[in-house]
Amino acid sequence: MRENLVLIGNGMAGVRTLEELLKHGSDLYNITVIGAEPHPNYNRIMLSPVLASEKTINDIILNSHEWYAQNNIELITGDAVTEISRVKKAVFTESGKEIPYDRLLLATGSNPFIIPVPGAEKDGVIGFRDIHDVETMLAAAREYKNAVVIGGGLLGLEAANGLMKQGMNVTVVHLLDSLMERQLDKPASAMLKASLEQKGLTFMMEAQTAEISGDKRVTGVKFADGSEIEADLVVMAVGIRPNIELAQKAGIYCERGIVVNDTMQTYDPRIYAVGECVQHRNECYGLVAPLFEQGRVAANHLAQVGSTRYEGSVTSTKLKVTGIDLFSAGEFNEEEGDEAMVLQDPASGTYKKLVIRDNKIKGAVLYGDTMDGTWYFQLMREGTNIADFRRTIMFGQHDLGDAGHGDAQVLALPDSAEICGCNGVCKGDIVNAISKKALFTLEDVRSHTKASSSCGSCTGLVEALLASTVGEGYDEKPSKKPMCACTEHSHDDVIKAIKQHELKTMPAVREFMEWKTPDGCAACRPALNYYLLANWPEEYKDDAQSRFINERAHGNIQKDGTYSVVPRMFGGLCTANDLRVIADVSDKYNVPEMKVTGGQRVDLFGVKKEDLPAMWKDLSDAGFVSGHAYGKAMRTVKTCAGKTWCRFGTQNSTGLGVKLEELTWGSWMPHKFKLAVSGCPRNCAEATIKDFGVVCVDSGYELHVGGNGGIKVRVTDLLCKVETEEEVLEYCGAFTQKYREEAHYLERTAPWVERVGLSTIKECVVDNEEERQALYQRFKLGQMYAQIDPWKARAEGEASYEFTPLKIAG
Amino acid sequence: MTNIAMKKEIENWVEVVALEDIPALGSRVIKTDTMSIAVFRTASDEVFAMKDECPHKQGPLSQGIVHGTSVTCPLHNWKIDLASGEALGPDEGCTNVFPVKIENGIVSIDFINR
Repeated sequence: MRENLVLIGNGMAGVRTLEELLKHGSDLYNITVIGAEPHPNYNRIMLSPVLASEKTINDIILNSHEWYAQNNIELITGDAVTEISRVKKAVFTESGKEIPYDRLLLATGSNPFIIPVPGAEKDGVIGFRDIHDVETMLAAAREYKNAVVIGGGLLGLEAANGLMKQGMNVTVVHLLDSLMERQLDKPASAMLKASLEQKGLTFMMEAQTAEISGDKRVTGVKFADGSEIEADLVVMAVGIRPNIELAQKAGIYCERGIVVNDTMQTYDPRIYAVGECVQHRNECYGLVAPLFEQGRVAANHLAQVGSTRYEGSVTSTKLKVTGIDLFSAGEFNEEEGDEAMVLQDPASGTYKKLVIRDNKIKGAVLYGDTMDGTWYFQLMREGTNIADFRRTIMFGQHDLGDAGHGDAQVLALPDSAEICGCNGVCKGDIVNAISKKALFTLEDVRSHTKASSSCGSCTGLVEALLASTVGEGYDEKPSKKPMCACTEHSHDDVIKAIKQHELKTMPAVREFMEWKTPDGCAACRPALNYYLLANWPEEYKDDAQSRFINERAHGNIQKDGTYSVVPRMFGGLCTANDLRVIADVSDKYNVPEMKVTGGQRVDLFGVKKEDLPAMWKDLSDAGFVSGHAYGKAMRTVKTCAGKTWCRFGTQNSTGLGVKLEELTWGSWMPHKFKLAVSGCPRNCAEATIKDFGVVCVDSGYELHVGGNGGIKVRVTDLLCKVETEEEVLEYCGAFTQKYREEAHYLERTAPWVERVGLSTIKECVVDNEEERQALYQRFKLGQMYAQIDPWKARAEGEASYEFTPLKIAG
Repeated sequence: MTNIAMKKEIENWVEVVALEDIPALGSRVIKTDTMSIAVFRTASDEVFAMKDECPHKQGPLSQGIVHGTSVTCPLHNWKIDLASGEALGPDEGCTNVFPVKIENGIVSIDFINR
């Protein structure tokens, strides 16, 4: 027998919860939705662009009537609920309907606050809340000339901008001396005011409204100081109040909002509440972002799956006024003991301020260039220690790509500008998909447009577009990002559980951590396989079917389905005989193309999969092992000419390169891992853009970590300087093992070092000898199992089914 | 190459491989004169066959990771439903599927009724 679930409030929060519930495929409920407005669910945060004629009402509908019908949801619009009877377990509507419920979801939103001054009830005095208000404003703009907006906050300024675009003379009246004082510090506020004035808005600051004058319809606004201005339309945008009237009447416990616990239940366990009507842990949210997480939690609870809890949200804001780029989050006015970093360029109209306390970001205000807003916001929410990159933090994110998509000033770009260089996706495509298909998350945008779904270097740009298109409704990636759609748990949760609870097989991990799918997906299986392998090298048996094809077939799949073969040449050294063998093998298997790789090896392209084992046998017989050029693994050690030949060389750099490669080859890693050794600071082996680089100097060896030369060149950080080759090997093994044990799968050392902080790594690998040696020992233990040449094994018949096609005779 | 004796049962069913010779959550490839066909085995020993070509850019689906009753293409991560050959999620496209039956541990494919 299905239960009745009734949703009061056909808005974003409530319907989002239903969408999450439907995702569970739950058929526990007959669902009825009751909305006071005559429309299906629309995107309320897009009302400003509608008012500014940048979008139409149809553009902002999120769920059409068909959506309700397809999902068997009964939709009642234009009929307000007047009473909830908890005794009868039913709700009553204005038109006299009685609808029984077993579970009730309240999503009644909020009401604009109307200042209680004389005349506030006159015609032409409205709030800015729903489609009806927008229609009233558009109608007024056709007939009248003068508009007054009371309130210089986010909503007020968006209303003022829209009315001005409709041709009205708009005056913004603000009680305080600076605009958006809850989001902006004084300098940013002054810049905003100046640019809005330039656009044509008039401001009256520190003005207290005393009375709305006029007969039936408003004709003016009078102030406390006795002055008066003309007004044909007054928009009150001074704030919102949670709409708790119904709940209060029904005796549900309310304070400022309807009080809910961490599973979004009210004091009546049959009744849930989400969105702006809610008060959770003493917070009421007036923004849309928190409702995504609230909706997920309420839906999980309603579907009786999982035990997720809502723990509150940290919010950020963006102003949706075209041409004005503004971002704000957290505490942006410094208090005693805080530090403020400010970067201001009046000529280009940019202003950036970060408030720092104990090396953590407490707040940020960005004006003119908000590109890095999402990054600062993430650092803030995750409480990242920024000590290691304080010097460069104002210039934005290190590993945010600049290859393949031109200028980073994304909002100023034309629609035709290519954002994702991998998949050829332009700005216009992304913005259209976001608004037409009502996308709210980075994942949504990736799956619909493919932008940033390959190398990911344009992720920051796509996020910036998402944030500017949907404003504060953008569902930022939660600070604890689930590993994939199969689980609620993050990479860190999984890594921790594997160690702590000694989970040693994939089914054990999935069962213990309540995976939603029986055998995972293409994203989590390789990750779990790696984590288990890295943690239990002696016991865990590698699962070939959980490896990406390159690692399963031990070659790089090319776009035509052939493979490439890269034999290992330790330290890049080779002999004439080595090259002769490679040449012979190429002839024998008709290799169509050979080239030298960036890591100083020879790449043989275009090999048929079924030829691989035989080819490997020939190479293996001549002493070659796999180059692992295909894997999330240790790749190559690049070396320079070295002391034997080079007049500048110090130390035996090439020999050290060979030793390092002998130590590390065969090791599986969270991502590809490259090394280099240069014989002098001229650094011909480019060691300072490698995951682990050694620069030999006369007095010893400099060890550099966390560099890469890919999407965004990141120069290494200096780990330390050591005196002997033995130390180089030990530090290298220890650093590598720390990365292997703690980084997220598919996270290279560059972002890993930035995420955990160089000082944390130094404490462990440099300062703590015992820890270093333990890491080194664990690395060597793992290598005992990893340094079995996969090519030789397959040449001898292992996994032959992988390479042998079935043939139908006849 | 392994030659599997062809034995026609009813006109178009062809025995192709023993179930145990397909790795669970894995695949084998049949090369015919005209095309390659991927034969997938799920965790629960269901078997599906389809043309070894992703509807997106003809990537070899047989080389992808199998999960549930779908496979993720190794080239650009399109997810294809094994039963229908349809692309899942917002992607659109379809690959030919072939009827499959398993008798006495032997997998047969109907090559005509795709």
